[in-house]
Amino acid sequence: MSFEYAPAPESRSVVSIKPKYGHFIGGKFVTGAKHFPTINPATEEVLSHIALAGKAEVDAAVKAARQAYTSTWSKMAGKERGKYLFRIARILQERAREFAVLETLDNGKPIRESRDVDVPLAAAHFFYHAGWADKLEFAGLGTSTKPHGVAGQIIPWNFPLLMLAWKVAPALAAGNTVVLKPAESTSLTALLFAEVCQQAELPAGVVNIVTGDGSTGALIVNHPGIDKIAFTGSTEVGKLIARAVAPTHKSVTLELGGKAANIVFEDAAIDEAIEGIVNGIFFNQGHVCCAGSRLILQESVAEEVLDKLKVRMAKIRVGDPLDKNTDLGAINSKEQLLKIRELSAIGDSEGAQRWSAPCELPKKGFWFAPTIFTGVTQSHRIAREEIFGPVLSVLTFRTPQEAIDKANNTPFGLSAGIWSEKGSRILWASQQLRAGVVWANTFNKFDPTSPFGGYKESGWGREGGRHGLSAYLKGVGHE
Amino acid sequence: MSYYGLVDGSDASLKGFLKTLSGVDQVGADARAAMLATRSIKTTSKRWAIDTAISMVDLTTLEGADTPGKVQALCTKAVRPDPSDSTVPSVGAVCVYNDMVGIARQHLDLIGGGHVGVAAVSTAFPSGRASIEVKIQDTKDALDAGASEIDMVIDRGAFLSGKYIDVFNEIVLIRELCGKRAHLKVIFETGELVTYDNVRKASFLAMVAGADFIKTSTGKVAPAATPPVVLVMLEAVRDFYAMTQVRIGVKPAGGIRNTKDAIKQLVLVNETAGPEWLTPSLFRIGASALLNDLLMQRMKMDDGYYASPAYVTID
Repeated sequence: MSFEYAPAPESRSVVSIKPKYGHFIGGKFVTGAKHFPTINPATEEVLSHIALAGKAEVDAAVKAARQAYTSTWSKMAGKERGKYLFRIARILQERAREFAVLETLDNGKPIRESRDVDVPLAAAHFFYHAGWADKLEFAGLGTSTKPHGVAGQIIPWNFPLLMLAWKVAPALAAGNTVVLKPAESTSLTALLFAEVCQQAELPAGVVNIVTGDGSTGALIVNHPGIDKIAFTGSTEVGKLIARAVAPTHKSVTLELGGKAANIVFEDAAIDEAIEGIVNGIFFNQGHVCCAGSRLILQESVAEEVLDKLKVRMAKIRVGDPLDKNTDLGAINSKEQLLKIRELSAIGDSEGAQRWSAPCELPKKGFWFAPTIFTGVTQSHRIAREEIFGPVLSVLTFRTPQEAIDKANNTPFGLSAGIWSEKGSRILWASQQLRAGVVWANTFNKFDPTSPFGGYKESGWGREGGRHGLSAYLKGVGHE
Repeated sequence: MSYYGLVDGSDASLKGFLKTLSGVDQVGADARAAMLATRSIKTTSKRWAIDTAISMVDLTTLEGADTPGKVQALCTKAVRPDPSDSTVPSVGAVCVYNDMVGIARQHLDLIGGGHVGVAAVSTAFPSGRASIEVKIQDTKDALDAGASEIDMVIDRGAFLSGKYIDVFNEIVLIRELCGKRAHLKVIFETGELVTYDNVRKASFLAMVAGADFIKTSTGKVAPAATPPVVLVMLEAVRDFYAMTQVRIGVKPAGGIRNTKDAIKQLVLVNETAGPEWLTPSLFRIGASALLNDLLMQRMKMDDGYYASPAYVTID
């Protein structure tokens, strides 16, 4: 018998995409000068044309943000600012389906994830920070705090709306105004968010959105009218930004790459560990900075875990991201697909054994089957470099200390996972791991109340919780 | 008996074997079951699932008020669930108390329902609180009356006090009585075992002792066949197959009242144990009200609208 699931696509009719977009500056949509196409990575269909902001547009956005900061936003009582954030949060919930479908079209991620993770979490971030707006004296910086002023925010393509929420919500709650640039391949939900700002009657210029590529990002980073930079993206670009802002007055937070260790001890609940491994590396096609991309397995259970993992991976449903039963969607761009292929080929040439789930990949669009490499050691490049795709490197260990040593032997330190039914082992291991987030018997769980960020080359500062909020504030006397 | 070579029948070997089982993380199991509940089953696959679910129903009446007339009506419904549509499959079996087994068997044979099994609940169902002699006699009565399936309850008191060997020995005894005459389903009453660790442990204990099926509940205790409990049992039969190359069946019972719930169960089977289990010989659903909802949904798929409940027979 076979139980084939008939196609169950979410309807596209809830979104209307314009053929061409401009920028959102000073509360209005303004036309752009140059444009580039944005595509649906699952079909390579051109969805729209996105404006490329140059110096003039970035200048205008910073000016609008400064004007709004000085005249309105910094003078408004916290409880009034909070009302706007609550309003935005509620509108995001009301328009959740629209955002989820648009995110899936533009990004390639499965609708199940945009619907159940990205959009609800984005709304949750606004709700959470709305509550902070009139309680900033409890943010840990003393009873008298000030915002930085104008924040320049540059976000990645893996969670476009959610990363916007991580950036915009705390900035606004703290009293800053923002100039935000979404990633060039995923601008559409940010532009829809601009409509939400209008719908919420947010004062003009509090949120400004300019679209573009790396050159636009550089204009923001180097703009003298910006007081704070917040960036999420690659470690490579993060280092450039750190260098650029070092001689300036700007404060900066960076959320960068990772190569997280997911450690499975022999006393783990194996079936749930398998789910955690799958969720750790195949959630969002592995386009997750905190992905559990290094599986570190105790040798005594390695064979059992790998056998079960392969059976489970064969059940991952790869295909149309709009289908409600899809588990793994499209790779976000051709460029990223080529990078995943290149690093996987290096894994082959270095002698690791590749196994991919036997799934049929669509002919059009950018796809990569869920893949594991076994026989990986610390000196393999696929154990050290971030692949940012659905590719898992599997290493083994003999003793708990060896697991920790391997887990920490990386320039990154964003997240880690521990799988064990033994409480004392979990507590011990989590104290040893040099990673900003340590999950025990779960993985890739996010909450606006929980600070998120990295050790070492995974970043500076935290986002979320009181720690994340404080990055958008300064105690009086710190100017 | 060889017990698949996994234990030798002694207390020590049984305890040793149960210790080798990995634990179940409750949060993770709940999350996996919840994720699988989001599967969207539409059109052709929904139609297939409804017919498959009908063929898996153990149509049940377990009331003090059961009479020969009530049981005969149940049997008629079991053979031909929808009198106006002969393409609707018969259910898997009827499930009754042991004094009704003879009446059910006789009536089924009379109306051309020889292919529908008769399952008898046994061993002092539902509590399991009786002497072993009573439990043996209970089972013998059902077998002699023509039961083709025995749904025995385990001694939860013994299980919860750690006397696994007593639970094991009872199953072995009833297994021997059933011989080749009847399939043995072992009911855990998961609502009384409470933890998923216990459910996994009970599953392996019953399978090693010779169960053909493992069954969640009596239907008399809530919660009963919750999706995570069924998930844990499906993982157990899958793992047992990997150890022994023998496929043991699973029967959720209690709380599955509508088509949506039934389809969720089939999705759990499909993505956990695998499609090999999607057959009435390896998966049954113990239910009474479910069948009519399946029939209603089936009519709706054919006609495009919901018919009045008057078009579905009450028994």
